[in-house]
Order: sequence, then C-alpha cells, then structure tokens
Amino acid sequence: MLMPFAPFLIPLTALALSLVLFGGFIGLAGADVLEVYHSIYRGAFGTWFSWQNTLTSAAPLMLTALCTALPARLGLIVIGGEGAVVLGGLAAALTGLALIGANPWIALAGMALAAMLAGGLLIGLVGWLRHSRNVNETISSLLFNYISIAILSFLVIGPLRDPETLNKPSTHHIGDTHMLGVLGDSSIHWGFGYGLIACLILWVLYKRTVFGFAVDMVGGNVRAAKLSGLPVGRIVFLVCMMGGAAAGLAGMVEVAAVHGRANTSLNAGYGYEGILIAFAARHHPLAIIPMAILFGGIRAASGLMQRDHDLPDATSLVLQGIIFILILASEAVFARLATRRGSTA
Amino acid sequence: MDKEQNKPVDQGRRTALKGLAGLGIGAFAGSLGISKAQAAKKVTMGFIYVGPRDDYGYNQAHFEGKSAMVKQSWIKAVDQENVPETIAVQKAMESMINLDGAQVVFPTSFGYFDPHILKIAPKYPDVMFLHCGGLYDASKHPKNVGSYFGYIDEAVYISGIVAGHMSKTGKLGYIAAIPIPQVLRNINNFTLAARSVNPSITVQVVFTGGWSNPVKEAESANSLIDQGVDVLNCHVDSPKVVVETAEKRGIYSCGYHADQSRLAPNGFLTGAEWNWSKVYLDYATMISKGTRIPNLIRGGFKEGLVKSSPYGKAVSAKAKAHADKVRAQFMKGDFVVYQGPIKDNTGKVVIPKGKGYGQTDIWLESMDWLVEGVVGRTKG
Repeated sequence: MLMPFAPFLIPLTALALSLVLFGGFIGLAGADVLEVYHSIYRGAFGTWFSWQNTLTSAAPLMLTALCTALPARLGLIVIGGEGAVVLGGLAAALTGLALIGANPWIALAGMALAAMLAGGLLIGLVGWLRHSRNVNETISSLLFNYISIAILSFLVIGPLRDPETLNKPSTHHIGDTHMLGVLGDSSIHWGFGYGLIACLILWVLYKRTVFGFAVDMVGGNVRAAKLSGLPVGRIVFLVCMMGGAAAGLAGMVEVAAVHGRANTSLNAGYGYEGILIAFAARHHPLAIIPMAILFGGIRAASGLMQRDHDLPDATSLVLQGIIFILILASEAVFARLATRRGSTA
Repeated sequence: MDKEQNKPVDQGRRTALKGLAGLGIGAFAGSLGISKAQAAKKVTMGFIYVGPRDDYGYNQAHFEGKSAMVKQSWIKAVDQENVPETIAVQKAMESMINLDGAQVVFPTSFGYFDPHILKIAPKYPDVMFLHCGGLYDASKHPKNVGSYFGYIDEAVYISGIVAGHMSKTGKLGYIAAIPIPQVLRNINNFTLAARSVNPSITVQVVFTGGWSNPVKEAESANSLIDQGVDVLNCHVDSPKVVVETAEKRGIYSCGYHADQSRLAPNGFLTGAEWNWSKVYLDYATMISKGTRIPNLIRGGFKEGLVKSSPYGKAVSAKAKAHADKVRAQFMKGDFVVYQGPIKDNTGKVVIPKGKGYGQTDIWLESMDWLVEGVVGRTKG
C-alpha cells in the first residue's frame, strides 16, 4: 500500500531524521536548536529574497549533478564535473571573445555550444577510456579535474590574461551586451532555467525513448546489451558526453551570467557538490531538481547560521553530509524491509 | 534603550545570566547619559572572508580586526567565512544588507570587487561597500564604493632587514602564490632590504600557483631548505604551513598577514601584519558620526595600517637596532625603498640612478619584474 508513495516517503523520512540528528549536533555545538532551524528556513525559503538566493545557488548544481547522474545509469561513477565546468567556462569565454560584436543571440548560442562541446568531449573521453582501454572512469575523471584546472590557471595567468586584471588574472571581458540575463524581474539568472530544461529533456530521453531503453540495458547487463547488437561503445561515449555537456553548460553560465570572464573562480566546487546531489537524487534527472534546490537552500542559509549563531561555515557541510548519508542509507534499509515483507507474504 | 537591550540577545545568547548582566550594564549606561560614542547611532557592519576565520593568515587578520573593533558597544558586526569569489559573495552582501540591516559591508577578498561589488553596489546606494585591495576609480565606480589597503611591503622590508642579519648561508627563500604586482613588490622589498645588510644575499622564489595550496607550500618549503635556504618568508593566504615547516626543519621564518610567532617559538624572526582593527574602528566612527567616508584609504607604518610582529627570541640585538631604525624612518615617511639605481634580475636597469619612486607612486602598483638578487622568474 505504501509502494506508490515510497519514492517520496523514503527521502522525506530520511530528511526529517537528518534534521533531528543535525539538531543534536547543533545542541552539542552550543547553539539554540530551534533558532538555528528558524534561521535555515529564513535564509533558504523564508522570503522571496531567500528563494532567489536558493534557486540561484541551485542553478549550477542541477547541471553538474547531471554529469554524474547520466553515466551512473550505465553503472559508471564519473566525478569529473568540476573539470567539465572549468573547461566549459574557458571555452565559453574564448568563444565569447571571438564573437564580440556579433548578434547577442548568436554569441550566447555559440558560447553555450562551445562550452557543451568542451565539457562533453572531456567526459566523453573518460567514457571512451573506460570502454576501449578499461581505464577506471572514477580515477580518470578525478585526474581530468586537476588537469583542467591547471590548464585554466596556465591560460589565464599566461597567454589569455587581460593585462588590466593585475591582481586577479582573468581573460578579457566578453562585453556587457553578451551577458546572460535574469528570469523576469527576479535576480535569478538564466542558469536556473537551463538546469530545469536540461533535467526535463534528459528525463524524457531516458524514460520515453529507445535510446533511454538502450542505456538502461547497457547499465543492466553489458554482455546482454552487446549480444542484442547494441553499439555499447557509442552509447557509453554519448551518455558521458551528454553529462559533460551539462556540466560544461554550467561553466558557460558562470562566465556569461556572473563573471563575464574566465578565471580561477570557475573552480568553485560546483562539480563536487553535484556528485552529492546526483547520488542523493539516485541519479534520477527529475529528482535532481528538488535535491539541487534543497542543497542550494543549505548553501543560501549557511550565511545566516554563521551570522546569527556564530556557527562555523562547516556547519552547513555537516548538514549536507548527514542528509546525504541518511538518504543513501534509507534506500538500503528500505530495500531490505521490502524484500523481507515480500518473502513473508 | 531598545537597541541596548537587543545587544546581549545578539551575542551572549547562551546564558540568561549573561543577558541579565547585559541588561544591567545597558541600564547603567543609560542612567549615566552614555558616552558620546554610544549616544551616536548604532552601526551595523558585515564582513566577508574568502577563507576560514582562523587561517593564521589573511582572513584571520580581518577577523581579528573585526573582533577588536566590535568590543565597542555601539557597533554590531556580523561575519561570514569561506565565501568564494562567485555569485555567492553577491548573495552574502545582499543577505547582510536585507536580513541583518548592515549599513556597511567589507568584502575583504581581492576577487570580490569586479564584477561582484560593482554589480551589487548600485542597487543599494545607502550602503557603503568598502573593499580591501584597492581599485577604486572615481571616474568609473559608484560613489558608495571605497577601497582600503596598506603598504604592507614596508613591514616586509623590516622582515628583510632582520632576515639579512640572521641568515648564515646568505640564501633566503620566498614562497609566493602567483606573480601579481602586490606579491612581486613584497618579494622585491624583502630582497632589497636583505641585500642592504649583505649585498651577496640571494632570495629564491617559488610560485605555488594558488592562494591556498598547503601541499605545494610544504613541498616548496622543504625543497628550498634542502637547497640551503635558512630563512623562509611567504606570501600566501595562510603562512601556517611554511612557518611550521621552517620550524620543524630548524631554520628561521618570517610571518605574513597575522602573527604566527606561536607556530614557531624558536625560529620565528618577525613578520608583516595588517592593523585592520584601527581601519575598521575609524570607518565605524565616521559612519556613526555621519562623516563622509573617503573612497580611498591607504597607508603604511606612519598611518597605522600595518605593523611588525614582535621579534622572536632568536633575533640579535644588532638586527633589532637596524630594523627599528628603518621603521622609524618609515614612521617619519621619508624612506624611499625604490631609489635608483635598481636592476632587475635579468640585469636590465629598471630605475636609473637619481630616480626614486615613493611609496604612493602608482607606477609601483603595476610591478612585473624581480630585483637583482632574486632567483626566479615572473613568467612560466
């Protein structure tokens, strides 16, 4: 009877439990537990102002979560979102600079495509190495993060540096007319829209198309998929590429909506936080949306926890960690309960 | 009175006793008619740091400045740590203004300025945005933006004199983040000072490529020590790793940003520190009195913006005397570090004989060369 609601009930129960546990931690840290809950609510969801902060924080996380969630359907654990963001941002800035003076729509589309291609090729390479050379995708994607960040630093400190950016080396500015705008009269930039659209499209792709079915087959049993004649290598490459493209797009948004330049601020940890969200959402493209909003809310509320309660910044990491572990654990616990009930019935 | 009563709730929220005591003091002050400062309007200030408050470095220096200042009962200060140079800092500033009622915010990291402060400041014309680092240009930037920074290279010069006296091998080491003008100026000051003591001294520089890169900082420190360096100085966000490594390996170290003497009780010589508590208190006083805040605040020893860490126990009397003498000249304001002839480390004359660049000369703020005696390159 519980079954139809289970996908919602389990994470919600886990969420409630994590708030209780977090309360214990806050109590030990010497702060007033209820007041801290109130601050989290106020900072994340209490007002329209807070909502805007939350949704803005969630924007890049939706896209980077897809970078881990999509390959996960194939059974691959890819953690290269950070590298894809960095390379995507770099490619977007370079394209933006090349297209200065062009029509803004063309410039923005060019930047988005370049970013998706850069991020996509990076993670696509991870998939190819896995399939053709049997290189562990987790390790290679992690190492690609370091390489991407090093490439970015080298280029912005060296050949691509705008000499005017004396103390914070960056590329030249792409120009104010080519910046990405905000949604309506809010302060939420278009990155949030991109994230929503990407999650929806990929959900449809996975649930409603032959391609999605093929991905599930490869993820379920590679040998069976091969025997049925599926082009496994191509599917692995494409899926990884789509994941990388999503994270690359997050890099483009950072450049086009926030910085106007590429610099080391691209390497702000969005890729790593996306991994958490993908796992907490069980790699389901639609579930990524609420999870990213939840984690974005925690990010947004972190400031108030510090300012009102003298709690260190790490407090929000503790909350994230507790939620993450409990959601993952709840899955295992519930699966066991379900099988036990199934066997007695 | 209301505001006086609020205060203990804000800060001493843990015990009712504290709150009662606070009320008592508030009432007492009220009955005395309060001092002039307290009678002035209460000032709410917001501080944003790019790293942890307790990093023994850049961020701790700001946190200490804020903490010293906030002892004044008419100041309320909130702060937030580990805020990256992304849209997160825009949100942090707006949140402090909208939710805490901050009248002035201090986003303390260099990278917060462009585009973040420049984007938010026009939306809140009644709030002052005071940025640490120094880029204010009246022709381009909003009126409610200001910048403050200190000539900390003066204090680094003092460290260089002490290091020059204390080094036996004649080899000093400098671990620096990235080759930007501020960093190069510190390295050059340190080198010029050390070579004013002993002209054969060399300073080996390692750039780690980032402001907070503890693993590389430790590796660089060890590698420099293996090459015979016997005094280490650094310019990274947190000097903790460098100073500790120097101490462990039994060589001398100089500090930066904040006081690191506790980390190296044997080998710590002295260090260059910020004196933000003075700057922040000055700003708060101006705001509460309604004085117009200058858009640009600069200064070195003379203006009280920088200071030297107390000498470590290893420092010789001769070194102290020399350093104190030069500091006194800085205090008078007539010491010129960049007095020609000065060659860079490729042999090119950068400042000809007879030409000098004083502390405030803007030319020094675009420095891209290393002086003679530095072993290292600014590019690649």
